[in-house]
Amino acid sequence: MIQLIDIHKRFLDNVVLDGVSLDVRDGETVALLGPSGVGKSVTLKMINGLLRPDAGDAIVDDLHVPQLGRKELARLRAKIGYVFQYGALFDSMTVHENIRLGITDEACSRDDAYCSNRVKECLRLVNLAPEVAEKYPAELSGGMKKRVGIARAIAGKPKYLLYDEPTSGLDPVNADVIDGLVERLQQELGVTSVVVSHDVRGSFRVADRVALLWQAKIRAVGPPEEILASRDPAVQQFLERDLEMALIQSEGDRRANGTHL
Amino acid sequence: MTGTPLTLDVRRLVGRWSLRSAGHAGRFTFLVIDMLRGLAEWRIYVPRTFEQAVSVGYGSLFIVLLVAGFAGAVTSLQTGYQFTGTLPLYYAGAVISESMILELGPVLTALILAGRIGARYAAELGTMRVTEQIDALESLGRSPISHLLIPRVLAGLLLVPVLTMLANATGIIVGYLTAKGALGLTYGDFEYGARYFFRPLDLWYSLIKSYCFAAAVTMIPCYIGYNTQQGAEGVGRATTNSVVASSVTILLLDALTTKLLLVAK
Repeated sequence: MIQLIDIHKRFLDNVVLDGVSLDVRDGETVALLGPSGVGKSVTLKMINGLLRPDAGDAIVDDLHVPQLGRKELARLRAKIGYVFQYGALFDSMTVHENIRLGITDEACSRDDAYCSNRVKECLRLVNLAPEVAEKYPAELSGGMKKRVGIARAIAGKPKYLLYDEPTSGLDPVNADVIDGLVERLQQELGVTSVVVSHDVRGSFRVADRVALLWQAKIRAVGPPEEILASRDPAVQQFLERDLEMALIQSEGDRRANGTHL
Repeated sequence: MTGTPLTLDVRRLVGRWSLRSAGHAGRFTFLVIDMLRGLAEWRIYVPRTFEQAVSVGYGSLFIVLLVAGFAGAVTSLQTGYQFTGTLPLYYAGAVISESMILELGPVLTALILAGRIGARYAAELGTMRVTEQIDALESLGRSPISHLLIPRVLAGLLLVPVLTMLANATGIIVGYLTAKGALGLTYGDFEYGARYFFRPLDLWYSLIKSYCFAAAVTMIPCYIGYNTQQGAEGVGRATTNSVVASSVTILLLDALTTKLLLVAK
């Protein structure tokens, strides 16, 4: 279980999180929604200890993350897969080496046969051909990089998966593919997931519950249908803006298709 | 009228500069402590150290030897210009060998490497920081210190002294050949002058200096690159800052080691 309790965080004069509290139950997928720059990624980084809160607590697997020492934190991180916004793949390594780095069990990571099989399995899980393993990140498309990033995150068989904007920068088709992948991995691996996004449609598709981060606080939490029915003006404003974006996008797609015809 | 605000501004500037300097000093100290702790993880950094060492040593060899050769040649010609007709010619052997061993070899090698490997380290680590590759490494429960920093610093500490000794030798050989061609200096005279003024401490001094410079050339760029912020612009700034900071540190260490090791004896 993941618990964020009254988290406060500021960078110089900029208050990013002002008393954020959120629970994510075992096996559940929670989407953390909010406009750009509201502190969603900061919240996610509190969970695996990449950032420490100024006040408040983050509890993962009954461990108080801000109080963990270096080795305890490394052990906890081995249970948490983190998918970065732009993949964060190591440029100087092949896809195989990148995914192999995700195998966090020391004994397994030294076993070449195990690693080779695990890399193949992870590539299969993210719908990538085995031949991709020998390529370098620079040879991959944006969508493929994201999928390799997901493959690396699941290589260590994590208990928790944290997705930082898994669909940002992708076209709608690729975004749908990634959303489908997040949904399928959730079903196949049964992990506890937190998906940070500003894409309402994708989040509603993959999440059991949705939380809206608005002006440094959690404004609303609940199942997607409950959020959709919310009378809160901030929630409505956010959902309407996304809906407008979706309409503009579909209009653009329609025109593009028309031109081709 | 304008006196008070100006005074306040100066105070504020000095205050900010002091805070920033103290912050850098603190973070640098913690980084060094982390690196010392990370030395226990030899399985991780030893193979990567060899990879980096090949790049530092083999990759820098040509430019280091080229510059050392030119330095030896120019020293030889200038010695001839100043000494001919006033001092015995064998003095040229002493001037060429001593200036290469004591000053030109270590300092020029370090300054070249500050530009070559220092800039590379800062740019590589800075890019890895802004593209979240360092965060990715941490999120996988792996230490960026033992994966990225220790191999780079160790490679520098191993190879910079070797490059310095090779630069010393190259400078002396090219200096002798130039003196032979331009001044008609015989090998016997050159060797006599070189041996007459040579003390074993000189070589140790050159070696100690090269280790100090190696630390500056590797640790400062690693620190600056590792703490890069603000995207591509930040990487550019980190690269420039690392070259400037390590070059200035090399010159300061040069003065300090000379005072401590040569003047004090």
